[in-house]
Amino acid sequence: MTSSSVRRHRATGLVVLLAALVATGVGYAAVTGTAQAAAPAATQTQVDHGRQLFLEGCATCHGMGAQGTQEGPGLIGVGAAAVDFQVSTGRMPLSTPAQQAPRKAPVYNAEEVAALAAYVATLGPGPSIPTDSELSTNDADLATGGTLFRTNCAQCHNFAGRGGALSDGRYAPSLMNATPREIFEAMLTGPQNMPNFPNTTMGIQQKQDIIKYIEHLQTASAPGGLALGSYGPVTEGVAAWTLGLGLLLLAAVWIGAKVR
Amino acid sequence: MSDHGTDLATTEHGDEPQFPLPPHHARLSDTDPRAAKAAEMQVAIMFGLSAVLTIAFVVVYFAFPTNHFLDLGPFGVVQTSNFLLGITFGLAVLLIGLGAIQWAKKLMADEEIIDERHPVGSPQADQDAAAALFQQGVDESGFVERKIVRRTLIGALALFPIPLVVLLKDMGPMPGDSLDHTIWHKGSRIVVDVTGKPIKPEDLDIGTLVAASPEDLDKVQEVEGNQNARAKASIILVRMRPDEIKSQQGENWDYEGILAFSKICTHVGCPIALYQQRTHALLCPCHQSTFDLSDSGKVVFGPAAREMPQLPITVDSDGYLVAQSDFQQPVGPSFWERS
Repeated sequence: MTSSSVRRHRATGLVVLLAALVATGVGYAAVTGTAQAAAPAATQTQVDHGRQLFLEGCATCHGMGAQGTQEGPGLIGVGAAAVDFQVSTGRMPLSTPAQQAPRKAPVYNAEEVAALAAYVATLGPGPSIPTDSELSTNDADLATGGTLFRTNCAQCHNFAGRGGALSDGRYAPSLMNATPREIFEAMLTGPQNMPNFPNTTMGIQQKQDIIKYIEHLQTASAPGGLALGSYGPVTEGVAAWTLGLGLLLLAAVWIGAKVR
Repeated sequence: MSDHGTDLATTEHGDEPQFPLPPHHARLSDTDPRAAKAAEMQVAIMFGLSAVLTIAFVVVYFAFPTNHFLDLGPFGVVQTSNFLLGITFGLAVLLIGLGAIQWAKKLMADEEIIDERHPVGSPQADQDAAAALFQQGVDESGFVERKIVRRTLIGALALFPIPLVVLLKDMGPMPGDSLDHTIWHKGSRIVVDVTGKPIKPEDLDIGTLVAASPEDLDKVQEVEGNQNARAKASIILVRMRPDEIKSQQGENWDYEGILAFSKICTHVGCPIALYQQRTHALLCPCHQSTFDLSDSGKVVFGPAAREMPQLPITVDSDGYLVAQSDFQQPVGPSFWERS
Protein backbone atom coordinates (compact mmCIF):
# COMPACT_ATOMS: atom_id res chain seq x y z
CA MET A 1 0.00 0.00 0.00
CA THR A 2 1.21 3.46 -0.80
CA SER A 3 1.23 5.95 1.92
CA SER A 4 -1.58 8.37 1.32
CA SER A 5 0.10 11.26 3.02
CA VAL A 6 -1.09 14.56 1.66
CA ARG A 7 1.16 17.35 0.57
CA ARG A 8 -0.35 20.73 0.42
CA HIS A 9 0.55 22.87 -2.51
CA ARG A 10 0.26 26.07 -0.57
CA ALA A 11 1.21 27.02 2.88
CA THR A 12 -2.03 27.37 4.75
CA GLY A 13 -1.10 28.11 8.35
CA LEU A 14 -0.49 31.64 9.38
CA VAL A 15 2.85 31.84 11.10
CA VAL A 16 2.69 34.07 14.08
CA LEU A 17 6.09 35.37 15.02
CA LEU A 18 7.11 38.15 17.28
CA ALA A 19 10.26 39.85 16.15
CA ALA A 20 11.52 42.14 18.82
CA LEU A 21 13.86 44.68 17.39
CA VAL A 22 16.13 46.21 19.91
CA ALA A 23 17.34 49.58 18.94
CA THR A 24 20.51 50.35 20.74
CA GLY A 25 21.52 53.90 21.15
CA VAL A 26 25.03 54.76 21.92
CA GLY A 27 25.27 57.83 24.06
CA TYR A 28 28.13 60.10 24.13
CA ALA A 29 29.08 62.02 27.21
CA ALA A 30 30.55 65.04 25.60
CA VAL A 31 33.31 66.22 27.82
CA THR A 32 35.16 69.13 26.46
CA GLY A 33 38.90 69.00 26.86
CA THR A 34 40.48 72.01 28.39
CA ALA A 35 43.24 73.37 26.25
CA GLN A 36 45.79 75.21 28.29
CA ALA A 37 49.00 76.95 27.49
CA ALA A 38 52.13 75.19 28.69
CA ALA A 39 53.03 76.28 32.19
CA PRO A 40 55.70 78.95 32.38
CA ALA A 41 58.63 78.54 34.73
CA ALA A 42 57.36 78.29 38.29
CA THR A 43 57.69 81.31 40.51
CA GLN A 44 57.89 81.21 44.30
CA THR A 45 54.46 82.84 44.53
CA GLN A 46 53.08 80.08 42.34
CA VAL A 47 54.66 77.36 44.48
CA ASP A 48 53.27 78.96 47.65
CA HIS A 49 49.83 79.22 46.08
CA GLY A 50 50.09 75.59 45.01
CA ARG A 51 51.10 74.49 48.50
CA GLN A 52 48.12 76.27 49.97
CA LEU A 53 45.76 74.64 47.46
CA PHE A 54 47.40 71.27 48.14
CA LEU A 55 46.89 71.53 51.89
CA GLU A 56 43.26 72.52 51.39
CA GLY A 57 42.24 70.07 48.68
CA CYS A 58 44.70 67.20 48.43
CA ALA A 59 46.45 66.63 51.76
CA THR A 60 43.55 64.65 53.26
CA CYS A 61 44.34 61.69 51.05
CA HIS A 62 47.91 62.34 49.88
CA GLY A 63 49.26 63.44 53.31
CA MET A 64 50.39 66.79 54.64
CA GLY A 65 53.82 66.34 53.09
CA ALA A 66 52.49 64.47 50.02
CA GLN A 67 54.07 61.33 51.45
CA GLY A 68 50.88 59.32 50.86
CA THR A 69 48.34 57.77 53.25
CA GLN A 70 46.02 54.77 53.35
CA GLU A 71 43.67 56.76 51.13
CA GLY A 72 46.03 57.90 48.42
CA PRO A 73 49.52 57.40 46.98
CA GLY A 74 52.50 59.59 47.76
CA LEU A 75 53.21 62.32 45.24
CA ILE A 76 56.91 62.86 45.85
CA GLY A 77 58.66 62.51 42.51
CA VAL A 78 55.51 62.06 40.37
CA GLY A 79 56.36 65.34 38.65
CA ALA A 80 54.36 68.26 37.31
CA ALA A 81 53.15 66.25 34.31
CA ALA A 82 51.23 63.80 36.53
CA VAL A 83 49.54 66.63 38.46
CA ASP A 84 48.67 68.48 35.27
CA PHE A 85 47.14 65.33 33.74
CA GLN A 86 45.15 64.25 36.80
CA VAL A 87 43.81 67.66 37.83
CA SER A 88 43.23 69.29 34.43
CA THR A 89 41.16 66.29 33.26
CA GLY A 90 39.11 66.46 36.48
CA ARG A 91 40.21 62.96 37.55
CA MET A 92 41.59 64.52 40.74
CA PRO A 93 40.27 65.50 43.21
CA LEU A 94 38.36 62.25 43.49
CA SER A 95 34.61 62.71 44.06
CA THR A 96 34.05 59.19 45.41
CA PRO A 97 36.50 56.39 46.14
CA ALA A 98 36.27 53.88 43.29
CA GLN A 99 38.39 51.43 41.29
CA GLN A 100 39.13 54.21 38.87
CA ALA A 101 38.90 57.98 38.80
CA PRO A 102 36.74 59.01 35.82
CA ARG A 103 37.30 62.05 33.64
CA LYS A 104 35.01 64.90 34.71
CA ALA A 105 34.77 68.68 34.62
CA PRO A 106 37.93 70.05 36.26
CA VAL A 107 37.59 71.51 39.75
CA TYR A 108 40.60 73.84 39.49
CA ASN A 109 41.18 76.43 36.81
CA ALA A 110 44.29 76.51 34.63
CA GLU A 111 46.13 78.89 36.95
CA GLU A 112 45.44 76.72 40.00
CA VAL A 113 46.47 73.55 38.18
CA ALA A 114 49.76 75.21 37.22
CA ALA A 115 50.30 76.25 40.85
CA LEU A 116 49.60 72.73 42.12
CA ALA A 117 51.92 71.24 39.52
CA ALA A 118 54.65 73.73 40.40
CA TYR A 119 54.34 72.83 44.09
CA VAL A 120 54.45 69.04 43.55
CA ALA A 121 57.42 69.46 41.19
CA THR A 122 59.39 70.98 44.08
CA LEU A 123 58.90 67.81 46.18
CA GLY A 124 61.16 65.62 44.06
CA PRO A 125 62.42 65.23 40.49
CA GLY A 126 59.78 63.89 38.10
CA PRO A 127 58.52 64.33 34.56
CA SER A 128 57.70 67.94 33.77
CA ILE A 129 54.82 69.25 31.68
CA PRO A 130 55.66 68.78 27.96
CA THR A 131 56.64 71.94 26.12
CA ASP A 132 54.96 73.18 22.97
CA SER A 133 57.85 71.97 20.84
CA GLU A 134 57.61 68.51 22.42
CA LEU A 135 53.91 68.45 21.55
CA SER A 136 54.40 69.61 17.96
CA THR A 137 53.38 66.94 15.48
CA ASN A 138 54.72 68.79 12.44
CA ASP A 139 57.50 66.24 11.91
CA ALA A 140 55.45 63.25 13.12
CA ASP A 141 54.85 60.24 10.89
CA LEU A 142 51.27 59.00 10.79
CA ALA A 143 52.09 55.48 9.58
CA THR A 144 54.76 54.91 12.22
CA GLY A 145 52.34 56.28 14.79
CA GLY A 146 49.79 53.70 13.69
CA THR A 147 52.28 50.85 14.08
CA LEU A 148 53.36 52.11 17.51
CA PHE A 149 49.73 52.60 18.55
CA ARG A 150 48.79 49.06 17.58
CA THR A 151 51.86 47.63 19.34
CA ASN A 152 51.63 49.63 22.56
CA CYS A 153 48.20 51.21 23.00
CA ALA A 154 45.52 49.32 21.06
CA GLN A 155 45.33 46.31 23.37
CA CYS A 156 43.74 48.42 26.12
CA HIS A 157 42.45 51.51 24.33
CA ASN A 158 40.86 49.62 21.36
CA PHE A 159 42.09 49.70 17.75
CA ALA A 160 40.10 52.89 17.15
CA GLY A 161 41.01 54.49 20.51
CA ARG A 162 37.51 54.01 21.94
CA GLY A 163 38.73 52.45 25.20
CA GLY A 164 37.93 49.07 26.69
CA ALA A 165 37.33 47.07 29.85
CA LEU A 166 40.05 45.79 32.17
CA SER A 167 39.59 43.72 35.32
CA ASP A 168 37.38 44.38 38.38
CA GLY A 169 35.63 47.46 37.01
CA ARG A 170 38.80 49.12 35.81
CA TYR A 171 38.88 50.32 32.24
CA ALA A 172 41.06 52.03 29.68
CA PRO A 173 39.28 55.30 28.83
CA SER A 174 38.33 56.43 25.35
CA LEU A 175 40.91 58.70 23.69
CA MET A 176 38.35 60.60 21.63
CA ASN A 177 38.47 63.69 23.85
CA ALA A 178 42.13 63.50 24.85
CA THR A 179 44.29 66.48 23.90
CA PRO A 180 47.88 65.99 22.65
CA ARG A 181 49.15 67.30 25.98
CA GLU A 182 47.04 64.82 27.95
CA ILE A 183 48.14 61.93 25.73
CA PHE A 184 51.80 62.91 26.12
CA GLU A 185 51.47 63.26 29.90
CA ALA A 186 49.61 59.96 30.23
CA MET A 187 52.35 58.09 28.34
CA LEU A 188 54.99 59.84 30.41
CA THR A 189 53.48 59.30 33.85
CA GLY A 190 51.27 56.20 33.59
CA PRO A 191 48.19 57.46 35.44
CA GLN A 192 46.31 54.97 37.64
CA ASN A 193 46.74 51.46 36.24
CA MET A 194 48.24 52.51 32.93
CA PRO A 195 51.91 51.55 32.66
CA ASN A 196 54.27 54.41 31.83
CA PHE A 197 56.21 54.79 28.60
CA PRO A 198 59.17 57.05 29.49
CA ASN A 199 61.12 58.93 26.81
CA THR A 200 63.98 56.45 27.26
CA THR A 201 62.01 53.52 25.84
CA MET A 202 59.50 55.49 23.77
CA GLY A 203 61.19 58.62 22.52
CA ILE A 204 59.62 62.04 22.06
CA GLN A 205 59.51 61.46 18.30
CA GLN A 206 57.56 58.23 18.79
CA LYS A 207 55.18 59.94 21.21
CA GLN A 208 54.54 62.62 18.58
CA ASP A 209 53.90 59.90 15.99
CA ILE A 210 51.36 58.29 18.31
CA ILE A 211 49.69 61.64 19.07
CA LYS A 212 49.38 62.32 15.35
CA TYR A 213 47.76 58.92 14.85
CA ILE A 214 45.31 59.48 17.72
CA GLU A 215 44.42 62.90 16.30
CA HIS A 216 43.75 61.13 13.02
CA LEU A 217 41.48 58.64 14.81
CA GLN A 218 39.63 61.51 16.48
CA THR A 219 38.88 63.29 13.22
CA ALA A 220 38.81 60.53 10.59
CA SER A 221 35.38 59.90 9.09
CA ALA A 222 34.04 56.39 8.75
CA PRO A 223 33.19 55.92 5.05
CA GLY A 224 30.87 53.07 6.03
CA GLY A 225 28.45 55.37 7.85
CA LEU A 226 27.45 54.30 11.37
CA ALA A 227 30.59 53.04 13.11
CA LEU A 228 28.48 51.63 15.98
CA GLY A 229 31.04 52.89 18.48
CA SER A 230 33.94 51.19 16.64
CA TYR A 231 33.70 48.37 19.16
CA GLY A 232 34.03 45.75 16.44
CA PRO A 233 32.10 42.50 16.18
CA VAL A 234 30.02 42.93 19.35
CA THR A 235 27.95 45.95 18.32
CA GLU A 236 28.11 45.03 14.64
CA GLY A 237 26.89 41.54 15.46
CA VAL A 238 24.01 42.85 17.57
CA ALA A 239 22.94 45.15 14.73
CA ALA A 240 23.23 42.47 12.06
CA TRP A 241 21.36 39.84 14.06
CA THR A 242 18.52 41.99 15.39
CA LEU A 243 17.95 44.22 12.34
CA GLY A 244 18.94 41.80 9.58
CA LEU A 245 17.39 38.68 11.02
CA GLY A 246 14.33 40.64 12.18
CA LEU A 247 13.68 41.86 8.63
CA LEU A 248 14.13 38.33 7.24
CA LEU A 249 11.61 37.01 9.78
CA LEU A 250 9.10 39.68 8.80
CA ALA A 251 9.62 38.79 5.12
CA ALA A 252 9.04 35.10 5.91
CA VAL A 253 5.81 35.95 7.74
CA TRP A 254 4.63 38.06 4.78
CA ILE A 255 5.41 35.31 2.24
CA GLY A 256 3.57 32.72 4.31
CA ALA A 257 0.55 34.86 5.17
CA LYS A 258 -2.80 33.87 3.63
CA VAL A 259 -4.16 36.38 1.14
CA ARG A 260 -7.68 37.59 1.83
CA MET B 1 -0.96 1.29 -5.81
CA SER B 2 -2.65 4.35 -7.12
CA ASP B 3 -2.31 6.69 -10.03
CA HIS B 4 -0.43 9.93 -9.62
CA GLY B 5 -1.62 13.47 -9.82
CA THR B 6 -5.20 13.20 -8.58
CA ASP B 7 -6.30 16.77 -8.08
CA LEU B 8 -9.23 15.99 -5.82
CA ALA B 9 -9.17 16.09 -2.06
CA THR B 10 -10.04 12.39 -1.95
CA THR B 11 -8.30 9.17 -2.99
CA GLU B 12 -9.29 7.40 -6.18
CA HIS B 13 -11.29 4.85 -4.17
CA GLY B 14 -13.51 7.63 -2.88
CA ASP B 15 -12.35 7.11 0.74
CA GLU B 16 -12.33 9.95 3.20
CA PRO B 17 -9.01 11.82 2.82
CA GLN B 18 -6.51 11.14 5.58
CA PHE B 19 -5.72 14.86 5.84
CA PRO B 20 -8.80 16.80 4.78
CA LEU B 21 -8.15 20.17 3.16
CA PRO B 22 -9.79 23.21 4.72
CA PRO B 23 -12.51 24.79 2.58
CA HIS B 24 -11.15 26.99 -0.19
CA HIS B 25 -11.61 30.73 0.20
CA ALA B 26 -11.51 32.73 -2.97
CA ARG B 27 -9.24 35.78 -2.87
CA LEU B 28 -10.53 39.26 -3.53
CA SER B 29 -8.49 39.33 -6.71
CA ASP B 30 -10.18 36.09 -7.85
CA THR B 31 -13.68 37.51 -7.48
CA ASP B 32 -13.23 41.22 -8.19
CA PRO B 33 -11.66 42.08 -11.57
CA ARG B 34 -10.80 45.55 -10.32
CA ALA B 35 -8.80 44.08 -7.41
CA ALA B 36 -7.06 41.76 -9.88
CA LYS B 37 -6.21 44.76 -12.05
CA ALA B 38 -4.87 46.63 -9.00
CA ALA B 39 -2.69 43.66 -8.03
CA GLU B 40 -1.42 43.44 -11.59
CA MET B 41 -0.46 47.11 -11.43
CA GLN B 42 1.32 46.62 -8.09
CA VAL B 43 3.45 43.84 -9.54
CA ALA B 44 4.15 45.83 -12.68
CA ILE B 45 5.18 48.89 -10.61
CA MET B 46 7.64 46.77 -8.59
CA PHE B 47 9.22 45.29 -11.70
CA GLY B 48 9.28 48.69 -13.41
CA LEU B 49 10.86 50.38 -10.39
CA SER B 50 13.48 47.66 -10.31
CA ALA B 51 14.36 48.42 -13.92
CA VAL B 52 14.63 52.14 -13.14
CA LEU B 53 16.91 51.43 -10.18
CA THR B 54 19.16 49.22 -12.26
CA ILE B 55 19.63 52.08 -14.71
CA ALA B 56 20.15 54.43 -11.73
CA PHE B 57 22.94 52.14 -10.53
CA VAL B 58 24.83 52.63 -13.78
CA VAL B 59 24.23 56.39 -13.65
CA VAL B 60 25.47 56.60 -10.05
CA TYR B 61 28.55 54.58 -10.90
CA PHE B 62 29.64 57.19 -13.42
CA ALA B 63 28.19 60.28 -11.71
CA PHE B 64 29.84 60.23 -8.29
CA PRO B 65 33.59 60.21 -7.63
CA THR B 66 34.75 58.06 -4.72
CA ASN B 67 35.86 61.14 -2.74
CA HIS B 68 32.32 62.53 -2.54
CA PHE B 69 30.67 62.13 0.86
CA LEU B 70 27.09 62.44 2.05
CA ASP B 71 25.99 63.39 5.58
CA LEU B 72 23.10 61.18 6.69
CA GLY B 73 22.65 62.85 10.08
CA PRO B 74 22.27 60.19 12.77
CA PHE B 75 23.55 57.50 10.38
CA GLY B 76 26.89 59.22 10.00
CA VAL B 77 28.83 60.33 6.97
CA VAL B 78 28.97 57.85 4.11
CA GLN B 79 30.75 57.68 0.80
CA THR B 80 28.06 58.85 -1.64
CA SER B 81 28.96 56.47 -4.45
CA ASN B 82 29.20 53.46 -2.12
CA PHE B 83 25.90 54.29 -0.43
CA LEU B 84 23.89 54.93 -3.60
CA LEU B 85 25.32 51.91 -5.44
CA GLY B 86 24.26 49.70 -2.55
CA ILE B 87 20.80 51.28 -2.27
CA THR B 88 20.01 51.10 -6.00
CA PHE B 89 21.39 47.61 -6.60
CA GLY B 90 19.93 46.21 -3.38
CA LEU B 91 16.46 47.63 -4.01
CA ALA B 92 16.53 46.55 -7.68
CA VAL B 93 17.09 42.94 -6.62
CA LEU B 94 14.65 43.20 -3.73
CA LEU B 95 11.85 44.61 -5.92
CA ILE B 96 12.16 41.71 -8.41
CA GLY B 97 11.75 39.34 -5.47
CA LEU B 98 8.87 41.28 -3.91
CA GLY B 99 7.11 41.54 -7.27
CA ALA B 100 7.42 37.81 -7.88
CA ILE B 101 6.00 37.01 -4.44
CA GLN B 102 3.15 39.49 -4.87
CA TRP B 103 2.40 37.98 -8.30
CA ALA B 104 2.29 34.47 -6.82
CA LYS B 105 0.21 35.48 -3.82
CA LYS B 106 -2.42 37.56 -5.57
CA LEU B 107 -2.62 36.50 -9.20
CA MET B 108 -1.35 32.97 -9.77
CA ALA B 109 -3.84 30.12 -9.24
CA ASP B 110 -4.19 29.19 -5.58
CA GLU B 111 -6.42 26.10 -5.77
CA GLU B 112 -5.37 23.46 -3.24
CA ILE B 113 -4.43 20.15 -4.87
CA ILE B 114 -3.22 16.78 -3.66
CA ASP B 115 -0.23 15.19 -5.30
CA GLU B 116 0.12 11.52 -4.37
CA ARG B 117 3.66 10.30 -3.84
CA HIS B 118 5.22 8.04 -6.44
CA PRO B 119 5.69 4.38 -5.47
CA VAL B 120 9.29 3.89 -4.44
CA GLY B 121 10.15 0.60 -6.15
CA SER B 122 10.43 -0.03 -9.93
CA PRO B 123 7.85 -2.35 -11.53
CA GLN B 124 8.73 -6.06 -11.22
CA ALA B 125 9.23 -6.38 -15.00
CA ASP B 126 11.88 -3.60 -14.94
CA GLN B 127 13.64 -5.27 -12.01
CA ASP B 128 13.72 -8.65 -13.80
CA ALA B 129 15.02 -7.03 -16.98
CA ALA B 130 17.81 -5.26 -15.08
CA ALA B 131 18.83 -8.49 -13.34
CA ALA B 132 18.87 -10.35 -16.65
CA LEU B 133 20.99 -7.62 -18.23
CA PHE B 134 23.48 -7.83 -15.37
CA GLN B 135 23.71 -11.62 -15.63
CA GLN B 136 24.23 -11.30 -19.38
CA GLY B 137 27.15 -8.96 -18.72
CA VAL B 138 28.68 -11.40 -16.24
CA ASP B 139 28.39 -14.25 -18.74
CA GLU B 140 29.66 -12.34 -21.76
CA SER B 141 32.63 -10.74 -19.99
CA GLY B 142 33.80 -14.08 -18.64
CA PHE B 143 34.34 -12.53 -15.23
CA VAL B 144 33.68 -15.90 -13.54
CA GLU B 145 35.63 -18.16 -15.91
CA ARG B 146 38.69 -15.99 -16.49
CA LYS B 147 40.14 -16.22 -13.01
CA ILE B 148 43.44 -14.53 -13.74
CA VAL B 149 41.78 -11.42 -15.11
CA ARG B 150 39.42 -11.26 -12.15
CA ARG B 151 42.16 -11.67 -9.58
CA THR B 152 44.58 -9.16 -11.11
CA LEU B 153 41.76 -6.61 -11.35
CA ILE B 154 40.90 -7.11 -7.70
CA GLY B 155 44.58 -6.76 -6.80
CA ALA B 156 44.96 -3.55 -8.81
CA LEU B 157 41.88 -2.02 -7.20
CA ALA B 158 43.06 -3.04 -3.73
CA LEU B 159 46.40 -1.24 -4.22
CA PHE B 160 44.90 1.82 -5.88
CA PRO B 161 44.22 3.80 -2.61
CA ILE B 162 47.86 3.51 -1.49
CA PRO B 163 49.07 6.74 -3.23
CA LEU B 164 46.30 8.66 -1.49
CA VAL B 165 47.56 7.41 1.88
CA VAL B 166 51.18 8.20 0.98
CA LEU B 167 50.21 11.75 0.02
CA LEU B 168 49.03 12.35 3.60
CA LYS B 169 52.73 12.71 4.43
CA ASP B 170 52.54 16.21 2.94
CA MET B 171 50.52 17.30 5.97
CA GLY B 172 53.82 17.11 7.83
CA PRO B 173 56.58 17.42 8.71
CA MET B 174 55.88 16.95 12.40
CA PRO B 175 56.85 20.04 14.38
CA GLY B 176 59.53 18.12 16.25
CA ASP B 177 60.92 20.22 19.09
CA SER B 178 60.39 23.54 17.26
CA LEU B 179 57.46 24.38 19.53
CA ASP B 180 59.71 24.03 22.59
CA HIS B 181 62.17 26.73 21.50
CA THR B 182 62.21 30.36 20.47
CA ILE B 183 65.05 32.38 18.93
CA TRP B 184 65.97 33.79 22.34
CA HIS B 185 69.39 32.53 23.43
CA LYS B 186 72.02 33.38 25.99
CA GLY B 187 73.11 36.96 25.40
CA SER B 188 70.39 38.02 22.88
CA ARG B 189 69.82 41.70 23.38
CA ILE B 190 66.31 42.84 24.20
CA VAL B 191 65.15 45.67 21.93
CA VAL B 192 62.03 47.84 21.82
CA ASP B 193 59.51 46.40 19.36
CA VAL B 194 59.03 48.47 16.17
CA THR B 195 61.91 50.88 16.85
CA GLY B 196 64.57 48.21 17.55
CA LYS B 197 66.29 50.31 20.23
CA PRO B 198 68.37 48.30 22.72
CA ILE B 199 67.36 48.86 26.34
CA LYS B 200 69.34 49.72 29.44
CA PRO B 201 67.89 49.00 32.89
CA GLU B 202 67.82 52.71 33.77
CA ASP B 203 65.51 53.31 30.77
CA LEU B 204 62.66 51.73 32.72
CA ASP B 205 60.93 53.47 35.62
CA ILE B 206 58.76 51.71 38.16
CA GLY B 207 55.55 50.89 36.30
CA THR B 208 57.05 51.03 32.82
CA LEU B 209 55.82 48.59 30.18
CA VAL B 210 57.87 47.87 27.06
CA ALA B 211 56.76 45.69 24.14
CA ALA B 212 60.04 44.05 23.16
CA SER B 213 61.61 41.52 20.83
CA PRO B 214 65.04 39.91 20.32
CA GLU B 215 67.65 41.96 18.49
CA ASP B 216 68.29 39.37 15.75
CA LEU B 217 64.62 38.95 14.86
CA ASP B 218 64.97 40.65 11.47
CA LYS B 219 67.78 38.34 10.40
CA VAL B 220 65.80 35.27 11.37
CA GLN B 221 62.78 36.52 9.48
CA GLU B 222 64.79 36.97 6.32
CA VAL B 223 66.03 33.40 6.53
CA GLU B 224 62.72 31.76 7.43
CA GLY B 225 60.45 34.16 5.60
CA ASN B 226 57.64 33.86 8.11
CA GLN B 227 56.19 35.45 11.20
CA ASN B 228 56.46 32.39 13.45
CA ALA B 229 59.72 33.51 15.03
CA ARG B 230 58.31 36.95 15.81
CA ALA B 231 55.11 35.52 17.24
CA LYS B 232 56.95 33.11 19.54
CA ALA B 233 59.66 35.52 20.67
CA SER B 234 57.47 38.54 21.51
CA ILE B 235 57.86 39.61 25.12
CA ILE B 236 56.90 42.40 27.45
CA LEU B 237 59.21 44.01 29.96
CA VAL B 238 57.78 45.47 33.15
CA ARG B 239 59.46 47.06 36.10
CA MET B 240 58.22 46.94 39.69
CA ARG B 241 59.86 47.58 43.05
CA PRO B 242 61.98 44.50 43.91
CA ASP B 243 60.11 44.13 47.22
CA GLU B 244 56.81 43.84 45.29
CA ILE B 245 57.99 40.66 43.55
CA LYS B 246 56.48 37.79 45.52
CA SER B 247 58.01 34.97 43.49
CA GLN B 248 59.61 34.21 40.15
CA GLN B 249 59.90 31.14 37.95
CA GLY B 250 63.63 30.98 38.61
CA GLU B 251 66.10 32.51 41.02
CA ASN B 252 67.44 35.90 39.87
CA TRP B 253 65.51 35.81 36.60
CA ASP B 254 64.72 39.51 37.03
CA TYR B 255 67.17 42.39 36.81
CA GLU B 256 66.64 44.88 39.63
CA GLY B 257 62.87 44.51 39.45
CA ILE B 258 62.70 44.30 35.64
CA LEU B 259 60.80 41.18 34.59
CA ALA B 260 60.39 39.72 31.10
CA PHE B 261 57.38 37.61 30.19
CA SER B 262 56.11 36.02 26.99
CA LYS B 263 53.45 38.09 25.24
CA ILE B 264 51.49 35.03 24.10
CA CYS B 265 48.59 33.86 26.26
CA THR B 266 48.92 30.25 27.45
CA HIS B 267 45.22 29.67 26.80
CA VAL B 268 44.78 29.94 23.02
CA GLY B 269 47.66 32.21 22.09
CA CYS B 270 46.31 35.76 21.89
CA PRO B 271 49.05 38.41 22.14
CA ILE B 272 48.51 40.24 25.40
CA ALA B 273 49.91 43.39 26.92
CA LEU B 274 47.00 44.71 28.99
CA TYR B 275 49.17 45.32 32.01
CA GLN B 276 47.75 47.03 35.08
CA GLN B 277 50.82 48.53 36.66
CA ARG B 278 49.35 48.90 40.15
CA THR B 279 47.93 45.38 40.52
CA HIS B 280 50.67 43.81 38.33
CA ALA B 281 47.87 41.93 36.56
CA LEU B 282 48.29 41.01 32.90
CA LEU B 283 44.88 40.59 31.31
CA CYS B 284 44.02 38.76 28.10
CA PRO B 285 41.27 40.50 26.11
CA CYS B 286 40.12 37.31 24.40
CA HIS B 287 38.88 35.24 27.35
CA GLN B 288 39.85 37.35 30.38
CA SER B 289 42.65 35.09 31.61
CA THR B 290 44.59 37.13 34.17
CA PHE B 291 48.19 36.53 35.20
CA ASP B 292 49.92 38.00 38.26
CA LEU B 293 53.33 39.09 37.02
CA SER B 294 54.53 39.81 40.56
CA ASP B 295 53.91 36.16 41.50
CA SER B 296 55.62 33.98 38.85
CA GLY B 297 53.03 34.98 36.23
CA LYS B 298 50.57 32.55 37.75
CA VAL B 299 46.93 32.44 36.60
CA VAL B 300 44.64 34.33 38.99
CA PHE B 301 41.52 34.31 36.82
CA GLY B 302 40.15 32.88 33.61
CA PRO B 303 40.51 29.75 31.49
CA ALA B 304 44.31 29.68 31.06
CA ALA B 305 45.74 26.54 32.68
CA ARG B 306 49.43 27.44 32.84
CA GLU B 307 51.52 30.33 34.12
CA MET B 308 52.85 32.92 31.68
CA PRO B 309 56.40 31.78 30.76
CA GLN B 310 59.11 34.07 32.15
CA LEU B 311 62.30 34.88 30.25
CA PRO B 312 65.40 35.02 32.48
CA ILE B 313 67.26 38.30 31.86
CA THR B 314 70.42 40.09 32.93
CA VAL B 315 72.70 42.81 31.50
CA ASP B 316 75.68 42.34 29.20
CA SER B 317 79.11 43.97 29.52
CA ASP B 318 77.85 47.10 27.72
CA GLY B 319 75.01 47.49 30.22
CA TYR B 320 72.17 46.46 27.89
CA LEU B 321 69.43 44.06 28.91
CA VAL B 322 69.94 40.57 27.46
CA ALA B 323 68.36 37.13 27.85
CA GLN B 324 70.10 34.68 30.17
CA SER B 325 68.84 31.83 27.97
CA ASP B 326 65.83 30.77 25.91
CA PHE B 327 62.48 30.30 27.67
CA GLN B 328 62.67 27.32 29.99
CA GLN B 329 59.22 26.09 28.89
CA PRO B 330 57.29 26.26 25.59
CA VAL B 331 55.49 29.58 25.06
CA GLY B 332 51.91 29.91 23.91
CA PRO B 333 48.97 27.52 24.18
CA SER B 334 49.15 23.85 25.11
CA PHE B 335 49.69 21.19 22.43
CA TRP B 336 49.50 17.40 22.41
CA GLU B 337 53.18 16.62 22.55
CA ARG B 338 53.86 19.15 25.31
CA SER B 339 55.61 17.48 28.19
